[in-house]
Amino acid sequence: MIYAVASGKGGTGKTTITSSLAALWNAPVTCVDLDVEEPNLHLFLNPAITSEDKAYIEVPVADEEKCTLCRACVDICQFKAISIMADTLLVFPEMCHGCGGCLEVCPAGALTPGQRELGEICRGSVDDSRFIMGRLRIGEAMSPPLMRLIRQEFPALQEQGDILIDAPPGVSCPAINAVMDADCIVLVTEPTPFGFHDFKLAWEAFGPLNIPMGAVINRAGMGDDSVQNFCRDNDIPIWAEIPYSRAVAEAYSKGEIITKSLESMREPFTQLHSSMKAAARSKTEVQHA
Amino acid sequence: MHEIVIISGKGGAGKTSISGAFAHLAKKAILCDLDVDAPDLHLLLAPKHRAEEAFISGNEATIAPERCTACGQCQDVCRFNAIVEKDDVYSVNPILCEGCKVCVTLCPAQAIDFPDKHCGQWYVSDTRFGTLVHAQLFPGEENSGRLVTLLKQKARAIAEEQGLDLVVCDGSPGIGCPVISSMAGTDLAVVVTEPTPSGLHDLKRVAELCQGFRSTVAVLINKWDINPEMSDEIEAWCKANGHSVICRFPHSRMVVDAMLVREVLTEFENGPLSQQLKKAWSDITAMLDTK
Ligand code: SF4
Ligand code: SF4
Ligand code: SF4
Ligand code: SF4
Repeated sequence: MIYAVASGKGGTGKTTITSSLAALWNAPVTCVDLDVEEPNLHLFLNPAITSEDKAYIEVPVADEEKCTLCRACVDICQFKAISIMADTLLVFPEMCHGCGGCLEVCPAGALTPGQRELGEICRGSVDDSRFIMGRLRIGEAMSPPLMRLIRQEFPALQEQGDILIDAPPGVSCPAINAVMDADCIVLVTEPTPFGFHDFKLAWEAFGPLNIPMGAVINRAGMGDDSVQNFCRDNDIPIWAEIPYSRAVAEAYSKGEIITKSLESMREPFTQLHSSMKAAARSKTEVQHA
Repeated sequence: MHEIVIISGKGGAGKTSISGAFAHLAKKAILCDLDVDAPDLHLLLAPKHRAEEAFISGNEATIAPERCTACGQCQDVCRFNAIVEKDDVYSVNPILCEGCKVCVTLCPAQAIDFPDKHCGQWYVSDTRFGTLVHAQLFPGEENSGRLVTLLKQKARAIAEEQGLDLVVCDGSPGIGCPVISSMAGTDLAVVVTEPTPSGLHDLKRVAELCQGFRSTVAVLINKWDINPEMSDEIEAWCKANGHSVICRFPHSRMVVDAMLVREVLTEFENGPLSQQLKKAWSDITAMLDTK
């Protein structure tokens, strides 16, 4: 099963929740940090990293000799990654989405596949579980291609057990990409006006995917009841409420896993874990029915 | 004209609460919310829309079933696995489609349409602190940075119209494309960070990005007292790298209390917290004046 921990916005405690879950997961699991812009999960899990591989996207390389300046590539490229200026063909690899269109249409064989570095994919292990994270190169603007490379490994990883994803924050395309394969989504939020607003956006964004979803209210008690009321009115199960406490904030700021350092946290997270399992199971049962 | 962007490397560091306070303190400035994916500044500023426009960006492939011969070529050429086939019927999964036009160009039956995509709305609004330029992307849309650039251009143009020489922007979170667009042409970046392992990690990354744009970096450590040792470490790192720390802001419930009544902190209380923010703001404007 694939489980994704998401949040409408950063800073709601998504990584705290993911690491706490990972620490008490009772089956073989691969923890995947798909928040490739700001991977933080490793700071909590402290995995032993065994490999760091550079990841690339295919971008075209032009051969000036062969190019007839026919413009076919310029016309197909939707991302302004190729242009012709003063009779010279220019490729801007950093704008390229790697769609391969220009290579398909060039009649002169003037374009060949080259590559641009997206970042790296790090692999390792924590106790008995596996760990994978993507880290976007600084200055690289596109995270979905790097996420795509990691997601391609999911089918193989799933044969070895569960997958627990720390998704990127927000509700735009990277966040949707990260949770799309999941059998269950955990939406982490805070009971503040900002938290509530972002929670509603996330609910709207992920709803059409038809994946079982539940809420975790982090820092409960610090704001108001808007999130709780909204969940009640929209039949969104609240799988856990983590009370606001300075002890949790301090443990977090020291990079501790709260289910390990705070005895009182074990119970709510064990509950959360079984709710997630039940939700994911209900999804597969529906599909098989 | 000067432009200040408040960023944080990661979300939830308190960027928007700080931006709100600076919007209040800035007096004669145009305000701009560049967090187009999950904007929150409007929750504090209660904007009244003066103008609203659709944000159109990119295209989306759609297969017209009556023209499609089910040859399957589009599925072969789509590198984003966006073409799905079920019982010999081909269709495009809009979530996966990048709008690259490859299938459109190569379909032998010209069965694929390529309409423009309406990705969100953007607004020019009145607030009690002046004009706010802001937007809302539709859920799931690509946060391409193009909208960020558009908002910034608009904010600058309005500043010019109104004879103001400062734009204060609540930046986008992260370090990806939207932040890169947020940073372009900015004089000064206020980086709001928290004393957590991820806080320092993200600060380093975002500061490196700012240097790429030759923007001055001013650091504000939010909730510094949650982990004083880490705050010292952040401060030491800033010093060693030539960034000034303009404020160590304590953890306080009042930030949320102000949010609950839809006020910015400097309106909500006039005590030590506000004094600190005022001091930070005057340091920021002093840094701008030396530029
Ligand atoms: S691969 Fe696609 S995005 Fe890249 S340059 Fe070619 S047409 Fe443009
Ligand atoms: S399609 Fe090929 S030949 Fe035509 S302009 Fe592009 S690179 Fe040159
Ligand atoms: S390439 Fe065109 S005709 Fe062939 S399956 Fe795709 S849409 Fe249909
Ligand atoms: S436009 Fe590009 S991404 Fe979209 S379906 Fe066609 S080939 Fe795939």
